[in-house]
This record gives sequence, C-alpha cells and structure tokens, in this order.
Amino acid sequence: MENKKQPKKELTIDQKINRRNFISFGVFGVMGVAAYKGWRWLYTAPKEVAGVTASAKAPLRRALNQTELAMRNFFSNNHLVRTYPKSMAAKNVRHNSDIGVKGGFVIEDWKLQVIKHTGEILTFTIDQIKALPKTEIVYDFKCVEGWDQIQYWGGLKMIDFIEHFGLAEETKLAYVGMMTPDKAYQVGLDMPSAVHPQTILAYEMNGKPIPMNHGAPLRLIIPVKYGIKNLKRIGSITFSNTRPPDYWARSGYDYYSGL
Amino acid sequence: MKAIKEKHSLLMRWTHWVNFPILTIMIWSGMLIYWSNDVYSITLFGHTYFKFFPQGFYDYFHFSKRLSEGMAFHFLFMWFFALNGIIYVLYTIISGSWRELLPQRKSFKEAWLVLLHDLHIRKMAPPQNKYNAAQRIAYTAIIVMGFGSLITGLAIYKPVQFATITWLCGGYHLARILHFALTIGYVFFFLIHIVQVILAGWNNFRSVISGFEIVNEQAKPVITPTPAEDGK
Repeated sequence: MENKKQPKKELTIDQKINRRNFISFGVFGVMGVAAYKGWRWLYTAPKEVAGVTASAKAPLRRALNQTELAMRNFFSNNHLVRTYPKSMAAKNVRHNSDIGVKGGFVIEDWKLQVIKHTGEILTFTIDQIKALPKTEIVYDFKCVEGWDQIQYWGGLKMIDFIEHFGLAEETKLAYVGMMTPDKAYQVGLDMPSAVHPQTILAYEMNGKPIPMNHGAPLRLIIPVKYGIKNLKRIGSITFSNTRPPDYWARSGYDYYSGL
Repeated sequence: MKAIKEKHSLLMRWTHWVNFPILTIMIWSGMLIYWSNDVYSITLFGHTYFKFFPQGFYDYFHFSKRLSEGMAFHFLFMWFFALNGIIYVLYTIISGSWRELLPQRKSFKEAWLVLLHDLHIRKMAPPQNKYNAAQRIAYTAIIVMGFGSLITGLAIYKPVQFATITWLCGGYHLARILHFALTIGYVFFFLIHIVQVILAGWNNFRSVISGFEIVNEQAKPVITPTPAEDGK
C-alpha cells in the first residue's frame, strides 16, 4: 500500500486563529444552549406530588431537602441565638397573620393536649405550665419575608416541659408536631430544633400574658427557625418518626426553615 | 504581521461565563425574596429620592408574590455561585495570575489617568499589561463583592448557626442591607462593564471566549539616518 501521508505543514496564523475560534465559539454555543435547556427544564419542572410538603417544583424541593441535610451538620445546641437587653425589645410586637387564632375561641376552656407516640393522651392546664420555672428571652425574631424585630418572650423551655412531665422517651423520635386548637395551622419540627435550649412554650410577651392575636394562652417561640414555625396558640403536641403536617411547607416553603 | 497573543486562561473564561447566568438567577430570585419586605430606599434628610422598587418594576418582571419560589431557587443556586467563585479565586492564587489582577500601588493614581483617557479628556493612557489600572481595581473589587455577598448571605441564611459571621456583618439587620446593596452594586458594575466591552471592540470580546487577541507585530523598523536640520 502506498503511503499517501504527507508531512504535516505548519498551520498559518489565519488557520490557527480560525481553528481556535471555531472550537471556542462552538463550545461556547453548545454550552449556552445546554444551559438554556437546563434552565427551561428546571423552570418548567412539574410541582412535587402533594404530601406533607407541596407546591414547590419537584427538583427544587429535592434541593431544599438536600440543603437541609448539608446545613444540619452545623446545627448544635451550643449555637445560641443572640440575646439583647430587655430595654431593646419592641413595644409594638409585629403581628403578621391570624391563621389558626381566629375568633370563636374560649380561653378558659383551653387545655394543652400531648399525644405520645404510644397513643396515650395527656392534658395540661396553663397553671401547670406556669408553675414550672420560667425562662425569658429577648432576641431578634426573623420572618421569611425579610423583616426582623427584637422581641421579649417568657415561658417554659420545651426541654424542661418534656423532662418534667416524663416525655423524655418521646425525644427519641425524629419529629414534633404542633397544631392550633382549630387545627387550621400546623408546624412540624425536627427533634434537635424542638429541644434546643432556647425553644420555649411561651405564655408571656413583654412581661404580660400573651394577647389573643399573638397566640394566647400558650404559643411556640423557636429562635432557631423562621417566624412561620413559631406557631401561635398551641392546641396539641405530637411526636412521630414521620414528618407532621406543616402549614407553610404545603405552600412551597422549606419544611425545615432553620436559622 | 498578524500574531496570536494569549490573554485569558481557559479557567478564567469558564468561570466568567458560568458566573454570568448564575449571578443573573441569584439576582432574579433575590428580587422574588426582596419583594415581600421591600423597605429600602434612598432617603436623605427626610426626603425619599428613590424607593426600591416602584410597583411598575415588580409588575414588569412579575416579581410579586413569589417568595417561596424565590427562596427555593436562591438556596439552590447559592451553591453554584459559591463553588464557581471559590474555583476562580483558588485558580487565581495558585496560577499566579493574581499578579495581573490585583491593584498595585500605582494603580490608584493610574486609574484616574485611565478614566480621563476613556472620557477623551487625556490623549495618552498609561502603559499596561493584561489589565489597565482601572480594570485591576474593578475586577478585584467585583471578586471582593462576590465574597461579600457570600458572607452576608450566610449571615442572613443561618444567623444562629453562623452567629459569628452575622456578628462580623454587623448583625442580621445590617447584613440584609449589605446583601441588597451589593446586588445593586452588581447591576452598576454590569452596566459599565457592558459599555466598556462594546467600546473595547471585538478583539477584546473574543479573547474572553477564545482566550487570545490578535496583535500586529511590527517588522523590525529599519533605521534610516536623516540629515540633520541644524544647518539654517
């Protein structure tokens, strides 16, 4: 066979320029189209199958959950929210929403219901809760919307409540669920956040009983979460290994919403 | 004679063009978040000169009532933004190309001369290598700003877990303001950047895609003796 291969000639400057431009702009164009297609795929992705969480695009919900897992590595009971002197607390505490605390509620009839994972139901009066040592906190309350306000709350530490009433077994489960008496508003909390030393079952605001629109007689103050997790007027508390219902997680918000 | 002069490394070009759509998505999703508490304005002595943002602006871009969507996008693309930035900075440090990037002592004085030149007030621009003095300052500043966005972002994203970072940023409230101000900074940077790229022309623009510029290497000038003109 005859070898037709000719010795390679060196490319001219123009050939070099054209070759490099062709490769560079070709890759640039292909990557540009791929990026656009990828974006369209994400932007037009179908919503997640409605369950405990809903309304978010399926891939974005997966991303939120994965990000939570990554960020959990930084969570610690030693990481405390910054506290402030009482004098800095807002006199007019911001009120954002009435879901779960609308009218038709008789405060005298209120009782806290705790449903253990065994199904056993315990009930507590506000006096039983107030009889235990009070914890006060003045901290910067943070809303998903972006506003923050230094507020002063007082009540019973969640972990004190659990230990005093013999609920320590329940903390071996993964989640705590809370619901308003009318069941209209619910939050699901991962156990580490629920038993964080600054998580409080609050019955006082600015040193006085909590007003009706802020969740009288007992509400949740959980500084390691956004405001949406700070449920007003606790009707029931449950413990489970599956995620309890959560009002805002069904509207596309992160189920965990940790700070 | 035409010649190829290498200008931008592959990694610099890659991170530049990856950053562009990611930063766009971060600003867009950031706007979806900002809308729900749009309290910032430019107010001096009780007079508001500009409110961020007018209703028409939100309407035009469909920014209203999309907070949860904005957060979901923002907290996904933050990873890519951070990763891309870290890759660029590490590369710039390790490869030594920071020498071409960081401002030098003379840059601050020279940048002024570059500005005068760009505004056609001064004829001569100071001699430069890859970047002129103004570019060194601008391109270093934008990296510092990106780092600032990352830090202030972490400060408002996990103010309890990263309390030290939040404290460094002057607290949660100030961190959100800084995070927003940096974003406005990007928009201004972008506008000036685009104008400069257009003015600099195709040879310059292509170098950020292909990596090289075409220069005319002059043939060695032949020195011809000229008769002295001192005989008058």
